[in-house]
Amino acid sequence: MISLVVRRLLWGIPVLWLILTLTFFLLRAAPGGPFDQERQLSPQVEQLINSKYRLDQPLSEQYLSYLSDLLQGDLGPSFQYADFTVNELISLGLPVSLELGFYALLLALLLGVGLGLVAAAQANRWPDLVAMLVAVIGISTPNFVIAPLLILGLSVHAGWLPVGGWGDGQWQHLILPVLTLSLPFIAAVARITRSAVLEVMSQPFIQTARAKGLSASHVLFKHGLRPAMLPVVSYLGPAAVGLMTGSVVIEQIFGLPGMGRYFVQGALNRDYTLVLGVVLVIGLMMLLFNLLVDLLYRLIDPRVASR
Amino acid sequence: MSHADNQALLNIKQLSVDFNTDEGRTQAVSDLDLVIQPGQTVGLVGESGSGKSVTALSILGLIKQPPGRITSGQIWFGGQDLLTLSEKQLRPIRGNDISMVFQEPMTSLNPVFRVGYQIAEVLRLHQKLSKKAAWQRTIELLDWVGIPEPHVRVRSYPHELSGGQKQRVMIAMAIACEPQLLICDEPTTALDVTIQQQVLNLLQDLQRQMGMSMLFITHDLGVIADLADEVVVMYRSQKVEQASTRSIFSGARHPYSKGLLACRPKLHDNPGRLLTVGDYMSADGRELEPSAEQLKPQQKIDKSGQPVLLDVRELATHFVQKSGWLQPKKPPIKAVDGVSFTVRKGETLGLVGESGCGKTTLGRTILRLQQATAGSVSFDGIEVFDQSPAQLRKLRSRMQIIFQDPYGSLNPRMPVGRAVMEPIQLHQSQLNRSRQDDQVCELFVQVGLNPDQRHRYPHEFSGGQRQRIAIARALAVDPEFIICDESVSALDVSVQAQVLNLLLDLQEQRGLTYIFISHDLSVVNFIADRVGVMNQGRLVELDTAENIYRNPQNPYTQQLLDAIPKGRPEWS
Amino acid sequence: MKLKLGIWMLVMVNLLIWLGPFFTVLDPETIHWDHMAVKPDQTFWLGTDVMGRDLFIRTLLGGQVSILVGLVASMVSVFIGVLYGMLAGFVGGRTDAIMMRLVDVLYALPFLFLVILLLVFFGQQLWLLFVAIGCYLWLDMARIVRGQTMMLKQQAFVESAVALGQSQVVILRRHVLPNLMGVVLVYATLIIPQVIMIESFLSFLGLGVQEPMTSWGALVNEGAGNMELAPWALLFPALFLSFTLVGFNLLGDGLRDRWDPSCQKQ
Repeated sequence: MISLVVRRLLWGIPVLWLILTLTFFLLRAAPGGPFDQERQLSPQVEQLINSKYRLDQPLSEQYLSYLSDLLQGDLGPSFQYADFTVNELISLGLPVSLELGFYALLLALLLGVGLGLVAAAQANRWPDLVAMLVAVIGISTPNFVIAPLLILGLSVHAGWLPVGGWGDGQWQHLILPVLTLSLPFIAAVARITRSAVLEVMSQPFIQTARAKGLSASHVLFKHGLRPAMLPVVSYLGPAAVGLMTGSVVIEQIFGLPGMGRYFVQGALNRDYTLVLGVVLVIGLMMLLFNLLVDLLYRLIDPRVASR
Repeated sequence: MSHADNQALLNIKQLSVDFNTDEGRTQAVSDLDLVIQPGQTVGLVGESGSGKSVTALSILGLIKQPPGRITSGQIWFGGQDLLTLSEKQLRPIRGNDISMVFQEPMTSLNPVFRVGYQIAEVLRLHQKLSKKAAWQRTIELLDWVGIPEPHVRVRSYPHELSGGQKQRVMIAMAIACEPQLLICDEPTTALDVTIQQQVLNLLQDLQRQMGMSMLFITHDLGVIADLADEVVVMYRSQKVEQASTRSIFSGARHPYSKGLLACRPKLHDNPGRLLTVGDYMSADGRELEPSAEQLKPQQKIDKSGQPVLLDVRELATHFVQKSGWLQPKKPPIKAVDGVSFTVRKGETLGLVGESGCGKTTLGRTILRLQQATAGSVSFDGIEVFDQSPAQLRKLRSRMQIIFQDPYGSLNPRMPVGRAVMEPIQLHQSQLNRSRQDDQVCELFVQVGLNPDQRHRYPHEFSGGQRQRIAIARALAVDPEFIICDESVSALDVSVQAQVLNLLLDLQEQRGLTYIFISHDLSVVNFIADRVGVMNQGRLVELDTAENIYRNPQNPYTQQLLDAIPKGRPEWS
Repeated sequence: MKLKLGIWMLVMVNLLIWLGPFFTVLDPETIHWDHMAVKPDQTFWLGTDVMGRDLFIRTLLGGQVSILVGLVASMVSVFIGVLYGMLAGFVGGRTDAIMMRLVDVLYALPFLFLVILLLVFFGQQLWLLFVAIGCYLWLDMARIVRGQTMMLKQQAFVESAVALGQSQVVILRRHVLPNLMGVVLVYATLIIPQVIMIESFLSFLGLGVQEPMTSWGALVNEGAGNMELAPWALLFPALFLSFTLVGFNLLGDGLRDRWDPSCQKQ
């Protein structure tokens, strides 16, 4: 177990380095610079700015000094938000995105597994058909379609919920973003749960459980559910990636001050350090999350641990 | 209702079960009557698809409906008709009064729960034991079914146990509540011979100690000879014969039962060609009588004067075990560990051993389908391992292999005729297309298939027919030497006999040399001139079939032979 | 049933998209100054957007682009994925280990973020969109195909072909590839809606297809920006997009239920 954690963390270092390097040089290869949109600057000011952000140094040196700063935990100053360091911006944005992602994932798991179970228990009867049709529509409807529609209905016309913004993080501000972000994942989890439960319920060991005289619900919830959760757990990794990507759009639409918005803003403004910082944090989170998923998988399936 | 019926523990009356399939409704069981008396063991025998498992599942109401449907009948147990009970009413009976042991111990236990939990669950459910008491009782049960260190094993997960141990756990679970009836559905089929014998002995002991009745389902008459008081033979969803075990073995009446008894090779006094069900019963069900010619005993010809065709010297095949980064290196698995033998022209060498003994790897290594670690193989004076890829491809036309799985051995997307033609095109490219096609037809006739069927796809053929096609394909390159790797193991006994006969006919016509690999000692005894016994990658004994079976030298060989079901009751 | 429903939905959408433009005289780019943000009526069947352009023709043309992008980028990713997966699975050993490690690494990258960067920095050319999406989605296909190839390689009929002296290339072509096609087809059908989804996602961010060309994603983006003025400009493209994606997903699901060996019982 510990050796797995250590190995995965060590393996993460080259992956993060690769992400970092790729993004760094991609950014620099792109036409345009961070201060192109500003008014015409005097040569002195420009020189001052360039030296402040080390833009006057050769690229390789910039890369190396970025790396050495990074090793000390310093992501550098933001190019766009002049008074902020990237560390500060991320410490502002990350909690918002994490809260959003956490609730969305929780909702996706609870509702998705529940719906999937109902559908499997009623397989090929009307509740199943309805649930699965809704699920197909769910995964086929991008959340940038649902979000404006919900805003239009619930906020603009009905006025029940705020149109956007974070407020102070009150629950009213969370409902719509969390719901829209999680909808496709609720649908996906429901579909996976359904087919996994049906698959497991056709296994011989379920017949054994029934032959023991266990009740149908005990067979389903005790013997069927746990093995059926394995595909759901392995979906958590891709789901987390999807949630992060989705949150880019959701934060845009609802005007939330999260990481996704910083990313898009940063990319458009050529804010090199901010984009690099965000990409790094996302890469790190994905690594940690996948490690967590693997550990969870081992917890559920004793066969994996001994392999 | 007669007096005996009233006393019966289980009384199945006119049971019929249908199944909905893609081809419409098929009858799985029709009009079956079956009575089990208290303390009695009844053997239910039949080939795959004969309806025996469906019967067993019907008793406990475990038939999936749909696609299954019980169309008529009654199953009386303890004064009630089980077929009229609701799921809820059936539950106190399942696992308590009637319990079941299934065929596949690998998949019949839930992989994510400890075996102890799975056994204790039954005790807590039916006997209302406390968690602690149930756990304690579970350990006793594991001890009873012969699991070593039960207080440790009780905490194991299924994948940490061997196949035999898993089946013992299944049995412990089934007898936990001391049922009146234990249904065993092919409980030993997936196990090695020695393990099979141990499990059979265990079941017999348990039955004597507990006085329970047993319904024992199997495709192999030999297995139940010592176990059953009465035998019911099923054929195509119907019961064709029911009699005491003694009278079935001393003189079955129905032609199908006769055929079933005759088609299984015995350790002594086999005819030259095995009799099959077809020798006793015509396709339309008329009874036939095998001729004296067919009953003439087998005579093995001494081939020790023939020249050596294959010479295997100190052959070893090791598999490197992958060990993760930062983990200690694991030692290699020695699948084949220094094996030497020769095979003479026209001879059949049998290789027997249990699963994992390395017999299959040995066969594959000889043909260079698997890289050898050490040693050499010379075929007709040619060093197989020294051949260049081009030379090897040429050499392959002289040595062939027939695999076990009749489903995997043919490309599902290729008409069977083309599969047989492929080697002809490869090695006799000088022939024109129609000559090649003629050859395919000839081969089809030789292996007993209708050449008109050569344009069909594999899924349209039965297991036995597919194996014939695989044989035709191997013959298409006109080889001198064929390795048969468990080639008849996946087939029903009656089909197995037909394919064995075919292999013998072909050997006679073409002067073929075989290595016949199998786990089944009686089959090897029937077909082979000499027999090699393998254990843990080594050849522990090699002698003529006669000597091996009459006078085994090695203790492991002895053990294997003792484990063979006698095929007839002890007292006969 | 899924299969039939999916096919019908796709047939309907495609008939409308490809034949519909012949039934209207309106032009997608003409700005009707006196008809800005009008509700659907007899002239403008789906209304106009805030700039006064006819939504009916724009939605249909946007659909053509979305579906074409979906098909082409899917083909790119299927081609790369099948080739890569088959090679890794068939050669096996160390080559396979290295090739699949690379796939693992690529999986761990926040790929879509890189795609966004790529599109932001190098302009929004259509070919770049294809390459970016194609390069992103081949990973799943490579894994599936590799698994299938390894399974096939162990099948007795492939071993038999080796034992018969058949060459590797012929075995790959004659015995492995035909047996892969079913799975490939099924998963290719499931990639198409993913591509359309990603394209519309990028278009929504303003990074996909550019004016004067349009796609459903771009239309939704425009519509969402002015949804208080002209909600139909959001609703109709969104409906078309979802309807089509449902169609593709149903088709893929139906094919998978029917053909995927791992979903079938023996």
